[in-house]
Amino acid sequence: MSDVKYSKEHEWLKLDGDIATIGITKHATEMLGDIVFAELPEKGSSVEKDGTAGVVESTKAASDVYTPISGEVVDANQSIVDDPSKINADPEGDAWFFKLKIKDKNELDTLMNKEEYDKFAKESAQ
Amino acid sequence: MIKKTTLYNLHQKNGAKLVEFAGYEMPIQYKDGIIQEHKFTRSNCGIFDVSHMGQLFIYGDENLTNDLENIFPLDLKKLNINQSKYSFLMNDNAGIHDDLIITKVTGGYLIILNAACKENDFRIIKEKLNDKYDLQLSDKHSLIAIQGPEAKNILEKNINGVDKLKFMNGGNFKFQNSDAYVTRSGYTGEDGFEVSIGNNYAESFVEEMLKIGAKLAGLGARDTLRLEAGLCLYGNDIGMNTTPIEANLKWAISKNRIDTEYPGSKIIKNQIKSGVDKIRVGIKPENRVIARGNTKIFNNEKKEIGKITSGTFGPSVEHSIAMGYVENKYAILNTKLFLEVRGKKIPANVCNLPFYKKNYVKGEINV
Repeated sequence: MSDVKYSKEHEWLKLDGDIATIGITKHATEMLGDIVFAELPEKGSSVEKDGTAGVVESTKAASDVYTPISGEVVDANQSIVDDPSKINADPEGDAWFFKLKIKDKNELDTLMNKEEYDKFAKESAQ
Repeated sequence: MIKKTTLYNLHQKNGAKLVEFAGYEMPIQYKDGIIQEHKFTRSNCGIFDVSHMGQLFIYGDENLTNDLENIFPLDLKKLNINQSKYSFLMNDNAGIHDDLIITKVTGGYLIILNAACKENDFRIIKEKLNDKYDLQLSDKHSLIAIQGPEAKNILEKNINGVDKLKFMNGGNFKFQNSDAYVTRSGYTGEDGFEVSIGNNYAESFVEEMLKIGAKLAGLGARDTLRLEAGLCLYGNDIGMNTTPIEANLKWAISKNRIDTEYPGSKIIKNQIKSGVDKIRVGIKPENRVIARGNTKIFNNEKKEIGKITSGTFGPSVEHSIAMGYVENKYAILNTKLFLEVRGKKIPANVCNLPFYKKNYVKGEINV
Protein backbone atom coordinates (compact mmCIF):
# COMPACT_ATOMS: atom_id res chain seq x y z
CA MET A 1 0.00 0.00 0.00
CA SER A 2 3.02 2.28 -0.12
CA ASP A 3 1.87 3.80 -3.42
CA VAL A 4 -1.36 5.03 -1.84
CA LYS A 5 -1.61 8.73 -1.00
CA TYR A 6 -4.04 10.46 1.33
CA SER A 7 -5.67 13.89 1.60
CA LYS A 8 -6.69 15.96 4.60
CA GLU A 9 -10.29 15.54 3.47
CA HIS A 10 -9.94 11.79 4.10
CA GLU A 11 -9.71 10.60 0.51
CA TRP A 12 -7.22 7.99 -0.65
CA LEU A 13 -5.62 7.88 -4.09
CA LYS A 14 -3.87 5.01 -5.84
CA LEU A 15 -1.85 5.71 -8.94
CA ASP A 16 -1.49 3.37 -11.93
CA GLY A 17 0.36 5.14 -14.75
CA ASP A 18 -1.52 8.41 -15.24
CA ILE A 19 -4.81 6.98 -13.91
CA ALA A 20 -5.65 7.65 -10.26
CA THR A 21 -8.29 5.63 -8.40
CA ILE A 22 -9.88 7.66 -5.60
CA GLY A 23 -12.07 6.73 -2.66
CA ILE A 24 -12.72 7.68 0.95
CA THR A 25 -10.69 6.25 3.82
CA LYS A 26 -11.76 3.70 6.40
CA HIS A 27 -11.33 6.41 9.01
CA ALA A 28 -13.79 8.59 7.08
CA THR A 29 -16.40 5.81 6.97
CA GLU A 30 -16.00 5.25 10.70
CA MET A 31 -16.65 8.94 11.31
CA LEU A 32 -19.65 8.98 8.96
CA GLY A 33 -21.37 5.81 10.16
CA ASP A 34 -23.66 3.77 7.91
CA ILE A 35 -23.57 5.22 4.41
CA VAL A 36 -26.93 5.12 2.64
CA PHE A 37 -26.38 7.32 -0.41
CA ALA A 38 -23.53 8.10 -2.80
CA GLU A 39 -23.33 10.49 -5.73
CA LEU A 40 -20.36 10.44 -8.12
CA PRO A 41 -18.97 12.79 -10.76
CA GLU A 42 -20.01 12.14 -14.34
CA LYS A 43 -17.70 10.31 -16.71
CA GLY A 44 -15.99 12.80 -19.00
CA SER A 45 -16.29 15.71 -16.59
CA SER A 46 -13.27 17.61 -15.30
CA VAL A 47 -12.61 18.07 -11.61
CA GLU A 48 -10.24 20.51 -9.92
CA LYS A 49 -7.98 19.66 -7.00
CA ASP A 50 -9.82 20.11 -3.67
CA GLY A 51 -13.10 20.68 -5.52
CA THR A 52 -16.31 18.78 -4.87
CA ALA A 53 -16.50 15.50 -6.76
CA GLY A 54 -19.40 13.71 -5.12
CA VAL A 55 -21.51 13.31 -2.02
CA VAL A 56 -21.96 10.63 0.59
CA GLU A 57 -24.78 10.56 3.07
CA SER A 58 -24.97 8.53 6.22
CA THR A 59 -28.08 8.06 8.32
CA LYS A 60 -26.78 11.10 10.22
CA ALA A 61 -25.60 13.68 7.68
CA ALA A 62 -24.47 14.55 4.17
CA SER A 63 -20.78 15.10 3.37
CA ASP A 64 -19.08 16.29 0.22
CA VAL A 65 -16.43 14.14 -1.37
CA TYR A 66 -13.47 16.14 -2.65
CA THR A 67 -10.93 15.19 -5.26
CA PRO A 68 -7.36 15.34 -3.99
CA ILE A 69 -6.04 16.13 -7.49
CA SER A 70 -7.25 17.60 -10.79
CA GLY A 71 -8.15 15.54 -13.83
CA GLU A 72 -10.76 14.08 -16.15
CA VAL A 73 -13.19 11.49 -14.78
CA VAL A 74 -12.68 8.31 -16.81
CA ASP A 75 -14.74 5.96 -14.65
CA ALA A 76 -17.20 6.04 -11.74
CA ASN A 77 -18.12 3.09 -9.54
CA GLN A 78 -21.84 2.52 -10.13
CA SER A 79 -21.88 -0.44 -7.71
CA ILE A 80 -21.52 1.88 -4.69
CA VAL A 81 -24.37 4.06 -5.97
CA ASP A 82 -26.58 0.97 -6.24
CA ASP A 83 -25.49 -0.36 -2.85
CA PRO A 84 -23.88 2.34 -0.69
CA SER A 85 -23.35 -0.09 2.22
CA LYS A 86 -20.38 -1.43 0.20
CA ILE A 87 -18.54 1.75 1.15
CA ASN A 88 -18.60 0.81 4.83
CA ALA A 89 -17.69 -2.79 4.02
CA ASP A 90 -14.57 -2.16 1.90
CA PRO A 91 -13.81 1.57 1.63
CA GLU A 92 -10.18 1.24 0.57
CA GLY A 93 -10.75 -1.64 -1.88
CA ASP A 94 -13.83 -2.54 -3.94
CA ALA A 95 -15.70 0.60 -2.94
CA TRP A 96 -13.54 3.08 -4.84
CA PHE A 97 -15.44 6.18 -6.02
CA PHE A 98 -13.99 7.33 -9.34
CA LYS A 99 -10.92 7.20 -11.60
CA LEU A 100 -9.16 10.25 -12.96
CA LYS A 101 -6.78 10.79 -15.82
CA ILE A 102 -4.52 13.08 -13.87
CA LYS A 103 -3.61 16.53 -15.11
CA ASP A 104 -0.55 17.50 -13.09
CA LYS A 105 1.62 14.93 -11.31
CA ASN A 106 3.12 17.67 -9.12
CA GLU A 107 -0.18 17.90 -7.26
CA LEU A 108 0.58 14.48 -5.76
CA ASP A 109 3.38 16.03 -3.70
CA THR A 110 0.81 17.87 -1.57
CA LEU A 111 -0.64 14.57 -0.33
CA MET A 112 0.30 12.43 2.66
CA ASN A 113 1.69 8.90 2.82
CA LYS A 114 0.02 6.26 4.99
CA GLU A 115 2.07 6.96 8.07
CA GLU A 116 1.46 10.71 7.86
CA TYR A 117 -2.25 10.19 7.25
CA ASP A 118 -2.73 7.78 10.15
CA LYS A 119 -1.13 10.35 12.44
CA PHE A 120 -3.27 13.13 10.97
CA ALA A 121 -6.47 11.06 11.29
CA LYS A 122 -5.69 10.17 14.89
CA GLU A 123 -5.07 13.81 15.79
CA SER A 124 -8.11 15.16 13.91
CA ALA A 125 -10.35 12.62 15.64
CA GLN A 126 -9.51 14.06 19.05
CA MET B 1 -22.31 22.31 31.80
CA ILE B 2 -23.10 19.25 29.76
CA LYS B 3 -25.15 16.70 31.71
CA LYS B 4 -24.86 12.94 31.81
CA THR B 5 -27.51 10.33 32.45
CA THR B 6 -27.07 7.61 35.07
CA LEU B 7 -26.29 5.15 32.27
CA TYR B 8 -23.32 7.15 30.96
CA ASN B 9 -20.76 4.56 32.08
CA LEU B 10 -22.78 1.74 30.58
CA HIS B 11 -22.88 3.62 27.27
CA GLN B 12 -19.12 4.05 27.29
CA LYS B 13 -18.56 0.42 28.20
CA ASN B 14 -20.66 -0.60 25.20
CA GLY B 15 -18.72 1.48 22.68
CA ALA B 16 -21.18 4.34 22.36
CA LYS B 17 -20.43 7.27 20.10
CA LEU B 18 -21.51 10.16 22.32
CA VAL B 19 -22.90 13.48 21.11
CA GLU B 20 -24.45 16.46 22.83
CA PHE B 21 -28.22 16.39 22.61
CA ALA B 22 -30.46 18.85 24.48
CA GLY B 23 -27.68 19.55 26.97
CA TYR B 24 -26.90 15.89 27.63
CA GLU B 25 -24.06 13.71 26.45
CA MET B 26 -26.03 10.94 24.75
CA PRO B 27 -25.24 7.87 22.63
CA ILE B 28 -26.03 8.46 18.96
CA GLN B 29 -25.02 4.87 18.22
CA TYR B 30 -23.04 1.94 19.59
CA LYS B 31 -20.59 -0.39 17.83
CA ASP B 32 -23.09 -2.03 15.48
CA GLY B 33 -24.20 1.28 13.98
CA ILE B 34 -27.56 2.89 13.33
CA ILE B 35 -28.86 0.50 10.67
CA GLN B 36 -28.13 -2.67 12.66
CA GLU B 37 -29.59 -1.12 15.82
CA HIS B 38 -32.68 -0.07 13.87
CA LYS B 39 -33.17 -3.52 12.32
CA PHE B 40 -32.55 -5.32 15.59
CA THR B 41 -35.24 -3.22 17.26
CA ARG B 42 -37.69 -4.13 14.49
CA SER B 43 -36.88 -7.85 14.64
CA ASN B 44 -35.96 -8.38 18.29
CA CYS B 45 -35.48 -5.89 21.15
CA GLY B 46 -33.69 -2.55 21.35
CA ILE B 47 -33.04 -0.66 24.59
CA PHE B 48 -32.88 3.12 24.55
CA ASP B 49 -31.73 5.38 27.36
CA VAL B 50 -34.20 8.26 27.29
CA SER B 51 -33.40 9.52 30.77
CA HIS B 52 -32.71 12.97 29.33
CA MET B 53 -36.44 13.35 28.85
CA GLY B 54 -38.41 15.13 31.55
CA GLN B 55 -40.47 13.13 34.03
CA LEU B 56 -42.83 15.59 35.62
CA PHE B 57 -44.88 14.31 38.53
CA ILE B 58 -47.82 16.47 39.59
CA TYR B 59 -49.70 15.53 42.75
CA GLY B 60 -52.92 17.10 43.95
CA ASP B 61 -56.55 16.81 44.94
CA GLU B 62 -59.64 16.42 42.75
CA ASN B 63 -59.22 19.98 41.43
CA LEU B 64 -56.00 19.00 39.66
CA THR B 65 -57.85 17.24 36.83
CA ASN B 66 -59.93 20.34 36.16
CA ASP B 67 -56.92 22.60 36.27
CA LEU B 68 -54.97 20.38 33.88
CA GLU B 69 -57.91 20.37 31.48
CA ASN B 70 -57.42 24.13 31.28
CA ILE B 71 -53.91 23.42 29.94
CA PHE B 72 -54.26 20.30 27.79
CA PRO B 73 -56.90 19.57 25.09
CA LEU B 74 -57.83 16.26 26.71
CA ASP B 75 -60.82 14.76 28.44
CA LEU B 76 -58.85 13.91 31.57
CA LYS B 77 -61.96 13.12 33.61
CA LYS B 78 -62.56 10.11 31.39
CA LEU B 79 -58.97 8.96 31.64
CA ASN B 80 -58.68 5.79 33.73
CA ILE B 81 -56.00 5.49 36.30
CA ASN B 82 -52.77 4.28 34.61
CA GLN B 83 -54.03 5.28 31.17
CA SER B 84 -51.85 7.49 28.95
CA LYS B 85 -52.64 10.07 26.26
CA TYR B 86 -50.51 11.93 23.75
CA SER B 87 -51.00 15.69 23.96
CA PHE B 88 -49.49 19.14 23.56
CA LEU B 89 -48.56 22.13 25.65
CA MET B 90 -49.68 25.06 23.50
CA ASN B 91 -49.61 28.83 23.55
CA ASP B 92 -52.65 30.99 22.76
CA ASN B 93 -51.86 30.79 19.03
CA ALA B 94 -51.92 26.98 19.21
CA GLY B 95 -48.16 26.97 18.65
CA ILE B 96 -46.64 23.92 20.30
CA HIS B 97 -44.31 24.43 23.30
CA ASP B 98 -43.91 20.67 23.50
CA ASP B 99 -45.57 17.36 22.72
CA LEU B 100 -45.90 14.96 25.62
CA ILE B 101 -47.44 11.84 27.10
CA ILE B 102 -49.62 12.35 30.14
CA THR B 103 -50.57 9.41 32.37
CA LYS B 104 -53.01 9.43 35.27
CA VAL B 105 -51.27 7.86 38.27
CA THR B 106 -52.32 7.34 41.86
CA GLY B 107 -52.68 10.79 43.42
CA GLY B 108 -51.85 12.75 40.29
CA TYR B 109 -50.29 12.71 36.86
CA LEU B 110 -46.98 11.81 35.25
CA ILE B 111 -46.03 13.83 32.17
CA ILE B 112 -43.14 12.81 29.91
CA LEU B 113 -41.57 15.88 28.28
CA ASN B 114 -38.93 16.43 25.62
CA ALA B 115 -35.45 16.99 27.03
CA ALA B 116 -34.89 20.32 25.29
CA CYS B 117 -38.26 21.66 26.43
CA LYS B 118 -38.64 20.31 29.95
CA GLU B 119 -37.41 23.29 31.98
CA ASN B 120 -39.55 25.70 30.00
CA ASP B 121 -42.56 23.36 30.18
CA PHE B 122 -42.13 23.09 33.94
CA ARG B 123 -42.20 26.89 34.28
CA ILE B 124 -45.28 27.24 32.08
CA ILE B 125 -47.24 24.45 33.74
CA LYS B 126 -46.31 25.60 37.26
CA GLU B 127 -47.44 29.13 36.46
CA LYS B 128 -50.70 28.00 34.88
CA LEU B 129 -51.43 25.89 37.95
CA ASN B 130 -50.83 28.95 40.17
CA ASP B 131 -48.39 27.02 42.37
CA LYS B 132 -51.30 25.12 43.88
CA TYR B 133 -49.85 21.64 43.48
CA ASP B 134 -46.73 19.66 44.18
CA LEU B 135 -44.69 19.57 40.92
CA GLN B 136 -41.51 17.53 40.67
CA LEU B 137 -39.34 17.40 37.58
CA SER B 138 -37.52 14.33 38.77
CA ASP B 139 -33.82 13.75 38.23
CA LYS B 140 -33.94 10.73 40.56
CA HIS B 141 -35.56 8.49 37.95
CA SER B 142 -34.05 7.09 34.79
CA LEU B 143 -36.29 6.41 31.79
CA ILE B 144 -35.57 3.33 29.70
CA ALA B 145 -37.43 2.39 26.51
CA ILE B 146 -37.57 -1.33 25.63
CA GLN B 147 -38.85 -1.69 22.08
CA GLY B 148 -39.48 -4.44 19.56
CA PRO B 149 -41.39 -7.71 19.13
CA GLU B 150 -39.33 -9.43 21.86
CA ALA B 151 -39.64 -6.51 24.31
CA LYS B 152 -42.53 -8.09 26.21
CA ASN B 153 -40.70 -11.38 26.76
CA ILE B 154 -37.44 -9.74 27.77
CA LEU B 155 -39.07 -7.22 30.10
CA GLU B 156 -41.45 -9.80 31.58
CA LYS B 157 -38.45 -11.86 32.75
CA ASN B 158 -37.28 -8.87 34.80
CA ILE B 159 -40.53 -7.16 35.74
CA ASN B 160 -43.30 -9.63 36.39
CA GLY B 161 -46.73 -8.78 34.97
CA VAL B 162 -45.89 -6.22 32.30
CA ASP B 163 -47.01 -8.46 29.44
CA LYS B 164 -50.62 -7.94 30.59
CA LEU B 165 -50.46 -4.18 29.99
CA LYS B 166 -52.46 -2.79 27.10
CA PHE B 167 -51.06 -0.22 24.69
CA MET B 168 -50.98 3.28 26.22
CA ASN B 169 -51.57 1.89 29.71
CA GLY B 170 -49.20 1.63 32.64
CA GLY B 171 -48.83 0.43 36.19
CA ASN B 172 -46.65 0.13 39.27
CA PHE B 173 -44.33 -2.86 39.20
CA LYS B 174 -41.20 -4.16 40.91
CA PHE B 175 -37.75 -4.73 39.51
CA GLN B 176 -35.94 -6.64 42.28
CA ASN B 177 -36.57 -4.40 45.33
CA SER B 178 -37.11 -1.24 43.36
CA ASP B 179 -40.38 0.39 42.32
CA ALA B 180 -40.76 0.83 38.60
CA TYR B 181 -43.51 2.61 36.73
CA VAL B 182 -44.02 0.90 33.38
CA THR B 183 -46.14 2.04 30.44
CA ARG B 184 -46.72 0.13 27.22
CA SER B 185 -45.69 2.80 24.77
CA GLY B 186 -42.81 3.99 22.66
CA TYR B 187 -41.51 5.97 19.73
CA THR B 188 -40.48 3.29 17.27
CA GLY B 189 -43.65 1.91 15.69
CA GLU B 190 -43.08 -1.35 17.55
CA ASP B 191 -44.64 -2.91 20.58
CA GLY B 192 -42.70 -1.77 23.59
CA PHE B 193 -42.46 -0.27 27.05
CA GLU B 194 -41.05 2.74 28.84
CA VAL B 195 -39.80 2.12 32.35
CA SER B 196 -39.29 4.83 34.93
CA ILE B 197 -36.94 3.43 37.55
CA GLY B 198 -34.83 4.84 40.39
CA ASN B 199 -31.34 5.84 39.24
CA ASN B 200 -29.74 3.35 41.65
CA TYR B 201 -31.28 0.42 39.79
CA ALA B 202 -31.11 1.70 36.21
CA GLU B 203 -27.78 0.18 35.24
CA SER B 204 -28.42 -3.29 36.69
CA PHE B 205 -31.90 -3.26 35.13
CA VAL B 206 -30.45 -2.64 31.66
CA GLU B 207 -27.60 -5.12 32.22
CA GLU B 208 -30.13 -7.86 33.07
CA MET B 209 -31.95 -7.30 29.77
CA LEU B 210 -28.71 -7.21 27.77
CA LYS B 211 -27.83 -10.61 29.28
CA ILE B 212 -30.95 -12.22 27.82
CA GLY B 213 -30.68 -10.91 24.28
CA ALA B 214 -31.65 -7.23 24.17
CA LYS B 215 -29.23 -4.78 22.56
CA LEU B 216 -28.60 -1.11 23.15
CA ALA B 217 -29.74 1.30 20.46
CA GLY B 218 -28.87 4.99 20.23
CA LEU B 219 -30.56 8.23 19.29
CA GLY B 220 -29.68 7.67 15.62
CA ALA B 221 -31.79 4.49 15.42
CA ARG B 222 -34.47 6.15 17.53
CA ASP B 223 -34.75 8.83 14.84
CA THR B 224 -34.91 6.46 11.84
CA LEU B 225 -37.42 4.23 13.68
CA ARG B 226 -39.74 7.08 14.59
CA LEU B 227 -39.58 8.57 11.11
CA GLU B 228 -40.51 5.23 9.51
CA ALA B 229 -43.39 5.11 12.00
CA GLY B 230 -44.48 8.59 10.86
CA LEU B 231 -44.04 10.08 14.34
CA CYS B 232 -43.16 13.75 14.82
CA LEU B 233 -39.91 15.00 16.31
CA TYR B 234 -40.37 18.17 18.32
CA GLY B 235 -38.22 20.97 16.92
CA ASN B 236 -38.26 19.42 13.43
CA ASP B 237 -41.80 18.41 12.53
CA ILE B 238 -43.70 20.39 15.13
CA GLY B 239 -42.91 23.54 17.08
CA MET B 240 -44.02 27.06 17.91
CA ASN B 241 -44.85 27.76 14.24
CA THR B 242 -47.11 24.76 13.71
CA THR B 243 -50.43 23.84 15.29
CA PRO B 244 -51.56 20.28 16.00
CA ILE B 245 -54.10 20.61 13.17
CA GLU B 246 -51.43 21.68 10.68
CA ALA B 247 -49.31 18.80 11.93
CA ASN B 248 -52.17 16.44 11.03
CA LEU B 249 -52.50 15.42 14.68
CA LYS B 250 -56.16 16.31 15.14
CA TRP B 251 -56.76 12.82 16.55
CA ALA B 252 -54.87 13.89 19.68
CA ILE B 253 -57.42 16.62 20.49
CA SER B 254 -60.23 15.03 22.53
CA LYS B 255 -63.49 15.40 20.62
CA ASN B 256 -65.47 16.78 23.52
CA ARG B 257 -62.81 19.45 24.12
CA ILE B 258 -63.04 21.04 20.66
CA ASP B 259 -65.73 23.49 21.81
CA THR B 260 -64.20 24.15 25.22
CA GLU B 261 -61.33 26.38 26.35
CA TYR B 262 -57.62 25.68 26.63
CA PRO B 263 -54.60 27.58 25.30
CA GLY B 264 -54.96 27.83 21.52
CA SER B 265 -58.54 26.50 21.54
CA LYS B 266 -59.95 29.32 19.38
CA ILE B 267 -57.41 28.68 16.63
CA ILE B 268 -57.79 24.90 16.82
CA LYS B 269 -61.57 25.16 16.59
CA ASN B 270 -61.32 27.53 13.64
CA GLN B 271 -58.77 25.36 11.82
CA ILE B 272 -60.93 22.25 12.30
CA LYS B 273 -63.91 24.15 10.88
CA SER B 274 -62.25 26.14 8.07
CA GLY B 275 -59.18 24.08 7.25
CA VAL B 276 -55.50 24.99 7.26
CA ASP B 277 -53.15 26.62 4.75
CA LYS B 278 -50.38 24.09 5.22
CA ILE B 279 -50.38 20.53 6.45
CA ARG B 280 -47.87 17.80 7.33
CA VAL B 281 -47.62 14.92 4.87
CA GLY B 282 -45.42 11.91 4.21
CA ILE B 283 -43.12 12.31 1.22
CA LYS B 284 -41.18 9.64 -0.68
CA PRO B 285 -38.38 10.75 -3.02
CA GLU B 286 -38.29 8.63 -6.18
CA ASN B 287 -34.62 7.71 -5.76
CA ARG B 288 -32.16 7.24 -2.90
CA VAL B 289 -31.47 10.95 -2.42
CA ILE B 290 -32.14 12.04 1.16
CA ALA B 291 -34.13 15.23 1.64
CA ARG B 292 -33.31 16.51 5.12
CA GLY B 293 -35.00 19.21 7.20
CA ASN B 294 -35.40 22.62 5.46
CA THR B 295 -35.28 21.13 1.95
CA LYS B 296 -37.56 23.24 -0.26
CA ILE B 297 -40.58 21.57 -1.86
CA PHE B 298 -41.81 22.67 -5.32
CA ASN B 299 -44.86 21.80 -7.42
CA ASN B 300 -44.57 20.73 -11.06
CA GLU B 301 -44.65 24.40 -12.11
CA LYS B 302 -41.52 25.21 -10.07
CA LYS B 303 -43.48 27.13 -7.45
CA GLU B 304 -42.28 26.68 -3.88
CA ILE B 305 -45.09 25.09 -1.88
CA GLY B 306 -43.47 23.95 1.35
CA LYS B 307 -40.52 22.57 3.27
CA ILE B 308 -39.29 19.20 4.44
CA THR B 309 -39.03 18.92 8.24
CA SER B 310 -37.41 15.46 8.59
CA GLY B 311 -35.81 13.12 6.12
CA THR B 312 -33.63 10.05 6.23
CA PHE B 313 -33.05 6.66 4.69
CA GLY B 314 -35.48 4.15 6.19
CA PRO B 315 -33.50 0.96 6.90
CA SER B 316 -36.60 -1.26 7.14
CA VAL B 317 -38.55 0.21 4.22
CA GLU B 318 -35.24 0.43 2.30
CA HIS B 319 -36.18 3.76 0.84
CA SER B 320 -35.50 7.44 1.27
CA ILE B 321 -38.36 8.87 3.37
CA ALA B 322 -39.37 12.33 4.56
CA MET B 323 -42.09 14.41 6.15
CA GLY B 324 -42.86 18.04 5.51
CA TYR B 325 -45.47 20.73 5.23
CA VAL B 326 -47.12 21.56 1.90
CA GLU B 327 -49.90 23.92 0.90
CA ASN B 328 -53.13 22.16 1.71
CA LYS B 329 -54.21 21.55 -1.90
CA TYR B 330 -51.11 19.42 -2.52
CA ALA B 331 -51.80 17.14 0.42
CA ILE B 332 -53.32 14.45 -1.78
CA LEU B 333 -51.95 10.93 -2.05
CA ASN B 334 -49.49 10.47 -4.95
CA THR B 335 -49.23 14.20 -5.75
CA LYS B 336 -45.95 14.75 -7.58
CA LEU B 337 -43.54 17.11 -5.82
CA PHE B 338 -39.97 18.19 -6.42
CA LEU B 339 -37.39 18.49 -3.64
CA GLU B 340 -34.42 20.80 -4.09
CA VAL B 341 -31.32 18.91 -2.95
CA ARG B 342 -27.88 20.35 -3.77
CA GLY B 343 -29.35 22.46 -6.56
CA LYS B 344 -31.18 19.58 -8.25
CA LYS B 345 -34.94 19.01 -8.29
CA ILE B 346 -35.58 15.48 -7.07
CA PRO B 347 -39.00 14.00 -8.00
CA ALA B 348 -41.04 12.78 -5.04
CA ASN B 349 -44.59 11.81 -4.16
CA VAL B 350 -46.98 12.54 -1.33
CA CYS B 351 -47.56 9.25 0.49
CA ASN B 352 -49.43 7.78 3.42
CA LEU B 353 -47.97 7.74 6.91
CA PRO B 354 -46.61 5.67 8.49
CA PHE B 355 -43.98 4.41 6.07
CA TYR B 356 -43.66 1.33 8.23
CA LYS B 357 -46.73 -0.61 9.35
CA LYS B 358 -47.13 -0.67 13.10
CA ASN B 359 -46.98 -3.84 15.14
CA TYR B 360 -48.64 -2.51 18.28
CA VAL B 361 -50.27 -5.07 20.53
CA LYS B 362 -54.00 -5.55 20.36
CA GLY B 363 -55.98 -3.33 22.59
CA GLU B 364 -56.42 0.36 22.30
CA ILE B 365 -54.80 1.34 19.01
CA ASN B 366 -56.57 4.65 18.61
CA VAL B 367 -54.79 6.86 21.12
